[in-house]
Amino acid sequence: MNAATVIFLILATLLVISSLMVVFLRRVVHCAMALVTALLLIAILFISLQAPMVGVLQVMVYAGAIMVLFLFVIMFLNPGVLEQPSVAWWGLAVVLSVLLGAFLVPLFSQYEPGDNPVTSTELFGSPDVLAKSLFGEFVLPFEIASVLLLVAIIGAVVLAKREHGSDGAA
Amino acid sequence: MVPLNYYLILSAIVFSIGVVGVLIRRNLIVVLMSIELMLNAVNLTFIAFARHLGSMAGQVAVFFVMAVAAAEAVIGLAIIISVFRQTRTLDPQNMQLLKW
Amino acid sequence: MIVDLAIISVKAFLVLFMVLNLAGILGWVERKGSALIQDRIGANRASIFGFAGMGLVNTLIADPLKFLTKEDFIPPAGDKLLHTLAPCMALFPALVTFAVIPFGDVLILGDRVINLQVANLNVGILYVFAMGSLGVYGIVIGAWASNNKFSLLGGVRGSAQMISYEVAMGLSVMGVLMVYSTLDLQEIARDQGMLIRELLPAGAAFLQPVIGWLPAWGVFLQPLAFLLFFTAAVAETKRIPFDLPEGESELVAGYHVEYSGGKFLMFFAGEFAEVVTAAALVTTLFFGGWQVPYLMRDGFHFPWGSIWLLPHLAVVILQVAAFTLKVLFFCWLQILLRWSVPRFRYDQVMRLGWKMMLPLALLNVAVTALIIVAAQ
Repeated sequence: MNAATVIFLILATLLVISSLMVVFLRRVVHCAMALVTALLLIAILFISLQAPMVGVLQVMVYAGAIMVLFLFVIMFLNPGVLEQPSVAWWGLAVVLSVLLGAFLVPLFSQYEPGDNPVTSTELFGSPDVLAKSLFGEFVLPFEIASVLLLVAIIGAVVLAKREHGSDGAA
Repeated sequence: MVPLNYYLILSAIVFSIGVVGVLIRRNLIVVLMSIELMLNAVNLTFIAFARHLGSMAGQVAVFFVMAVAAAEAVIGLAIIISVFRQTRTLDPQNMQLLKW
Repeated sequence: MIVDLAIISVKAFLVLFMVLNLAGILGWVERKGSALIQDRIGANRASIFGFAGMGLVNTLIADPLKFLTKEDFIPPAGDKLLHTLAPCMALFPALVTFAVIPFGDVLILGDRVINLQVANLNVGILYVFAMGSLGVYGIVIGAWASNNKFSLLGGVRGSAQMISYEVAMGLSVMGVLMVYSTLDLQEIARDQGMLIRELLPAGAAFLQPVIGWLPAWGVFLQPLAFLLFFTAAVAETKRIPFDLPEGESELVAGYHVEYSGGKFLMFFAGEFAEVVTAAALVTTLFFGGWQVPYLMRDGFHFPWGSIWLLPHLAVVILQVAAFTLKVLFFCWLQILLRWSVPRFRYDQVMRLGWKMMLPLALLNVAVTALIIVAAQ
């Protein structure tokens, strides 16, 4: 029970609590803030797993941009009426998900890592090595991802545009 | 060093919670947020394995998952805005026009 | 282990102490400075038995007391938890950014080399941008939780402005990163100690007597990036000329109209902390950080050959003083800017960010890349 395990357990507990808050809180804005907390905790876990570059990117992209977009949309589309939960469906879904968890968790517990983890250099996860992989081995997916983002931008603008001549909805 | 199993179990729990969210919530935005939660659980698995196997491919995969998740969130929210303009509600139960 | 933790705690405490005090003092500088510019006296009523302490009584005692003893009002129809959380979310990123800003080179105590930077991350500058992205939440949540249309409008404008100028800020820094080939802020500060003549390629030797004796500061190597970054940083902090989100004559204080007392103090201090952050970033990236021109670790090495050796402690004190003076200069410059320039209209702000600064930043990156490749 060294310090690293204690820190991991604290982070894991907080992450599970904030995920539960995302799913079970009634006001959408609270769910969004719980998701931001969960994303920040996951970024901390990334940094502790020797992935500082990806961890910082997670904060910048996910928690900093995507969730702000979610909050914008929530503020604009304020539906006003809280949703009515249905006990029967909630019960069934919780049972199914507990079954899924009960299937996955023992499966992963039995996974024996076998030999010790490969000792990595100090540069593992640093921007240099990530950039070398990204522009070396994975340059084709990188270019395709940029085209994908361009398509997403154009698609979002076209989808959310207001039609001329519509009856003034929203 | 924290054993790999711990990260995998945490990831499985967060993934299951995301599945619960997609199944039971009747608000489209919360469904989309639960999908993001599932994607992040998978990212955690990727990074844990990348550290364990000493291979950068895991981190590069997370990079691409993040890019794709961003694109998907953007398009999903644009669709939600369009649907809201038609039906004035965010409840998926009211959007069953394709059901026979 | 314990000694390492103690050293980091002392550094963090010192940095936070300096930033928060500077944020408070800047409030007073703003009031007196604006009074000077507008040919009036400014706030001069706070004094203890006639001793006004050059404004310190006002700043350190009267102002905080005023804010902290005001009624803390939460709008009844607003969201109580988020209303309380929003000022914290606005103040936190501005303070935490200072963890990666170097305020000195190294301090050698006996056999222990202390790097004068709270956290030496290898992704330094990206951490700053990540914290900048988190700064949007304070605005958005504060506007939402106030249940007030003016507030919401100011908050939406403010967050849209912040995320637009984050892009321009990041791209303008890209040129600096390409020149110094590192993301670590302490390395960037150290690399600016070189003289330009060591960076000149062989083909451009005719420039050597002209600019070769200058230290390789970012402002000499990337002037366009400096202008773009400074403008984008001022826009991020939502100060005039970009302060329409909280415009006093347009939106009745915008997104913090429903805040009073201690929470408003946090927004207020957060804004000044962001001013200090912007000044510190501009100094570190473009003006050498803690570098005094021609001062190396053992003393002055002038370009005409003479050397003046100094004890280590004198060097450290000179470097920290240089950093502080540069940061104070840029804080003062931002305050001067506030009281000299009228504010932009909102569509002008957006057009500037997307249609003028973004293409210029991309052009800067392209030209820098060409020059670097041609120089090899």
